[in-house]
Amino acid sequence: MVSETVVELSRWQFALTALYHFLFVPLTLGLSFMLAIMESVYVMTNKQIYKDMTRFWGKLFGINFALGVTTGLTMEFQFGTNWAYYSHYVGDVFGAPLAIEGLMAFFLESTFIGLFFFGWDRLSRVQHLSVTWLVAIGSNFSALWILIANGWMQNPVGAYFNFETMRMEMDSFTEVIFNPVAQVKFVHTVSAGYVTGAMFVLSISALYLLLNKDVGFARRSFAIASAFGLASIISVIILGDESGYEVGDVQKVKLAAIESEWETHPAPAAFTLIGLPDQENQTTDYAVRIPYLLGLIATRSTDTEVTGIKDLITASEVRIRNGMIAYGLLQKLRNGEDNAENRAAFSAVSDDLGYGLLLKRFTENVVDANEEQIKAAARDTIPQVAPIFWTFRIMVASGFIMLLTFATAFYYTARRREHKTPWLLKLCLFSLPLPWIAIETGWFIAEFGRQPWAIGEILPTYVATSNLTEADLWMSIAGFASLYSLFLVIEVYLMMKYIRKGPSALETGRYDNEQQGGLQHV
Amino acid sequence: MFDYETLRLVWWLLVGVLLIGFAVTDGFDLGAAMLLPLLGKTDTERRVIINTIAPHWDGNQVWFVTAGGALFAAWPLVYATAFSGFYWAMLLVLFALFFRPIGFEYRSKMPSQRWRNNWDRGLCIGSFVPALVFGVAFGNLFLGVPFSFDEFTRPTYSGSFWALLNPFALLCGLTSVVMLISHGATWLQMRAGGEVQMRARTTAALTAPMLSLLLIFAGVWLVTAIPGYEISSAVISDASSNPLSKTVARTDDWFANFATYPQLWLLPAFAVVLPLLTSLLTKLALYGWAFLSSALSITAIILLAGTTLFPFLMPSSLDLASSLTLWDATSSQLTLEIMLWVVIFFVPLILAYTVWSYYKMWGRVEPEAIESNSISFY
Repeated sequence: MVSETVVELSRWQFALTALYHFLFVPLTLGLSFMLAIMESVYVMTNKQIYKDMTRFWGKLFGINFALGVTTGLTMEFQFGTNWAYYSHYVGDVFGAPLAIEGLMAFFLESTFIGLFFFGWDRLSRVQHLSVTWLVAIGSNFSALWILIANGWMQNPVGAYFNFETMRMEMDSFTEVIFNPVAQVKFVHTVSAGYVTGAMFVLSISALYLLLNKDVGFARRSFAIASAFGLASIISVIILGDESGYEVGDVQKVKLAAIESEWETHPAPAAFTLIGLPDQENQTTDYAVRIPYLLGLIATRSTDTEVTGIKDLITASEVRIRNGMIAYGLLQKLRNGEDNAENRAAFSAVSDDLGYGLLLKRFTENVVDANEEQIKAAARDTIPQVAPIFWTFRIMVASGFIMLLTFATAFYYTARRREHKTPWLLKLCLFSLPLPWIAIETGWFIAEFGRQPWAIGEILPTYVATSNLTEADLWMSIAGFASLYSLFLVIEVYLMMKYIRKGPSALETGRYDNEQQGGLQHV
Repeated sequence: MFDYETLRLVWWLLVGVLLIGFAVTDGFDLGAAMLLPLLGKTDTERRVIINTIAPHWDGNQVWFVTAGGALFAAWPLVYATAFSGFYWAMLLVLFALFFRPIGFEYRSKMPSQRWRNNWDRGLCIGSFVPALVFGVAFGNLFLGVPFSFDEFTRPTYSGSFWALLNPFALLCGLTSVVMLISHGATWLQMRAGGEVQMRARTTAALTAPMLSLLLIFAGVWLVTAIPGYEISSAVISDASSNPLSKTVARTDDWFANFATYPQLWLLPAFAVVLPLLTSLLTKLALYGWAFLSSALSITAIILLAGTTLFPFLMPSSLDLASSLTLWDATSSQLTLEIMLWVVIFFVPLILAYTVWSYYKMWGRVEPEAIESNSISFY
């Protein structure tokens, strides 16, 4: 059996590489659409400045895109290298969206990105514009398929367990695609990407305006960013993730953890604005509650209950006991006692097999688990509440500050006063890290909140890893950490260099730094 | 619509198609990047090399990414067992590949020659390592890989990283490197201008016959010294995928398929003769035809490797029954069928717009153009 440390380290490696990858992806999602918008304006108005905008922001896009591609390779390798049992156990379902992502999205995005950068002189204006749109659409398709895959990890629909192959197999592709969790995740995540792209352009344009450099260029960029950003942040907040929390036990647990909701309260439940979650005693200290709000947000009704953590644990315990039976029957079926009676008995409890596998952490044989181990496994079905509780609040706070920033920026832009409003420009500049904070905490809530499951209610993280040694993991983590740190330093350095140059980096002779010798003092 | 056996056969072919797509497209940019220090003496010459592949390397790399995704979707057991078993080999490939996207994109973003030289090293090594490791991995498939499954089909690899680096596998690795270098050279003589083209021509004329020699050498080694594998129980081609439900035995050699279907001998014949033709066409300055010939020789080599192993995908030297074959390592019938339709729809579309993108960017990259219009190029 795999050691606890190997599981822990595999999780750390996956989390670090995924969070790192996700520094670059949202900017690609958002910026690609903004480039398409800018170029559309260029093609419609024939004003050179919009072409220059597309090319300059496109340069920054390219610096970011290269690292997105680089770190995306890791994600594809890592399921196989570090999560081999996972790959076998769910590859029949999970592999399909990843392969479709390659065929439908990556080819489109990657083939046309070359034409975007190098095709300016070889394509007609409409052809080049189409290329830019196809890059944007390709990157968004990729988000769709990866979130269908991820949505299935959260809420595995359209599949059943086949004891002969010892894995999950697909029985409805449409259910996998139209998984409600996947759909809300997709909308939420791509909108967050658009927000990131908009904030990036907004902040840097604000910097140019503060420095009084390339004002015409910066004001046009600022205007597009504020409008696109405002629409996107509203979409993130309104079409937020929360409607997905109604489906499946894992999502219910996540919701309860986000709210640190230990008890099931009569509907509609109060919303815990802030407090100190105490996992040990299963209470939330110093809680400030707003009556009715949680019930309204989570269930969109006044009469549906939000299940508390304690009740969820009790429900899990029942399923763990069923899971032990399922596990025992599975052993019989696999060891030659494959008869109609055992098959019927197994199919009655096979939905709870995953809960049986939770016991693997406590006893190798599962069927011999004692009361104490069953209780421990049931408690294990709840992730650590405090980290989820806090990251959720950080995410939401970042979202609302961004809403404020974009709304103000949009208002002043509409009144044509944004470039004469230094406090607004500073607000925009210093808001730059917010989308990344919101996105990384959002990712953390979704994936840490899924624990102890790799695939919700099906496959515990604990049994999903490869058979590797601790030394393997320490060395590969060291490899990733050092290379990724190096790349980040280089990327940020290049970004800053090109931001300093501004549109003068295009060497057209039309922009300030070429005429006045640069922004080197920034 | 399709029965399980047909789907399994078709998917064996499709994975082959994706691997060939990868080797033919990404192959020439791996090769060109390996040749960077050798053929590009000045910064402009290196930029000529890089800019012949600049608009295409990313699209090309997707053949590799998609082959990986297809492996996951169609042969999950192969994906799980190979990637975790070859852990360090895979990570080595991954770490090497890291240096390509950022190398291409960042290299010419700074004027410093030291900065550029370092990225050139990264691009060269980052392309050499995957070429080598893929060849080594294929070599090890012929030898068998020490892995086994437990009763719940959890794969365990019992070898070490260093055991992969045995003489036969290293010969296969070398063959793979020479194959891609030769392919890269035929690309560069067709698309690069100035001195680079002349040097690429010499390289292509020289490395293509080397590839033939290496293939003959590896073939003789395989025939004389390496025992094969066969399924010793009845082959049930439409049962649920469970590798442990069959038995496997060792045989004298890997040439059972060739005994059954003698027409297969055409594959090794093509694999050896086509590189010679590439060399000849290079000397005749028929660069387009030389590139085509090089692409066809790669196709023949990959088909040769696949059919020799057939029906095995990944034989186990440790526990023979754990060996993975295309009959017992696939996804379910439904998944294979859905994915087949996806492929039927998308691959022609991909080929169409890929051809369009090459058509639009076609033409020799001349050093003068790079020097006079620095900002539009990498």
